[in-house]
Amino acid sequence: MSTAILYWAIMFAQTALVAAMLLALTRMIKGPRAQDRVLGLDTLYVNSMLLLLVFGIRTGNTLYFEASLIIAILGFVATVALAKFLMRGEVIE
Amino acid sequence: MNKILPYPLLIIFLIIMWLSLTSFTLGQLLIATIVALIAAQAMAALQPAKARLKRWKSLLKLTGIVLHDIVRSNIAVTKIILQGNKRARKSGFMTIPLDLRDPTGLTALAIIITSTPGTAWLDYNSARGILLLHIFDLVDETVWLDLIKNRYERLLLEIFE
Amino acid sequence: MNHLADLPFWAAWLVAAFLFIGGSLTLIGSFGLYRLRSFYDRIHAPTLGTSWGTAAVVLASIICFSVLQSRPVFQEILVGIFVTITTPVTLMLLGRAALYRDRSENNPNVPAVDPPEGILDQPKMGDKLESVEQCSSKHE
Repeated sequence: MSTAILYWAIMFAQTALVAAMLLALTRMIKGPRAQDRVLGLDTLYVNSMLLLLVFGIRTGNTLYFEASLIIAILGFVATVALAKFLMRGEVIE
Repeated sequence: MNKILPYPLLIIFLIIMWLSLTSFTLGQLLIATIVALIAAQAMAALQPAKARLKRWKSLLKLTGIVLHDIVRSNIAVTKIILQGNKRARKSGFMTIPLDLRDPTGLTALAIIITSTPGTAWLDYNSARGILLLHIFDLVDETVWLDLIKNRYERLLLEIFE
Repeated sequence: MNHLADLPFWAAWLVAAFLFIGGSLTLIGSFGLYRLRSFYDRIHAPTLGTSWGTAAVVLASIICFSVLQSRPVFQEILVGIFVTITTPVTLMLLGRAALYRDRSENNPNVPAVDPPEGILDQPKMGDKLESVEQCSSKHE
């Protein structure tokens, strides 16, 4: 009984996170401006990190947690670099 | 003491982090200690502003308040997003004059404001101490001013200054 | 999924509840990101996923693996701490970048640069200009 509940909860969380990733991806493609795309990318990173955590719960494999930590760090660096680029790269000072 | 171990908390945190990412064995502990000591020396060479915590009690109280507020504003923002366009919602910018000047305190305030859904920290003018926020549900400016000035800043002033 | 069968009843329920909360909060946050009209509104939406969305999934994982006692749970705590510290930095930088871009395009919906900066700067600029003018007049 409790295993079935857990199974459905994991399925729900995975589906919800994939849907969230799709929504963030849509925002990234649609724009309309560069800052919206970067925000979409950042959300995509966070969502994929959470998805990997749920994978880790499902399989009990430690590797997923390390992968999620790496994604979190990469996402942070990427977003900071892109935001800096938006500030300095495109607009003529 | 201060020359050899400049940042004791940082060293302990780094050792724990290293061990949790690898395994809890004696060899890893040795490597972790060496890495942490080098990292602490590098940190000391950078000469960041030293943060001083004055009152641990207020820090605990602030953590409790912030956790409670995050839950509350999560519910509020969820409601607004799910309600759609039925209710007239006004979002907007607002400026808040701050008395807090300590860099660590300001960092803590930035983390609090940004991690609470519904408020976003946009700009801070350090010459005048004026903060520019964007509020998701700006019905009454005085409520938000009161929240940030009396609920967060007063405690942060107690803790850091 | 064999390891999950060992979970006691209450832990399974708690993990399931936290997974449900985390998944739905993150979905709602991304939905808000998709649906809201202006950039400054959208910047609030992902914080749902990064505050309680992340916290709930991390808590679920901590409960699951500390009850099973299969491995230490520090990694999840690290993920939680890391997300809490980095989210403000990214959102603040993005917000400032957007503000900077909007200001440089003279967007009327955005507050202008604080006037005092200009007031503080102008007298110095004026002094320099005067001195330059004096110098040039001397040369003449």
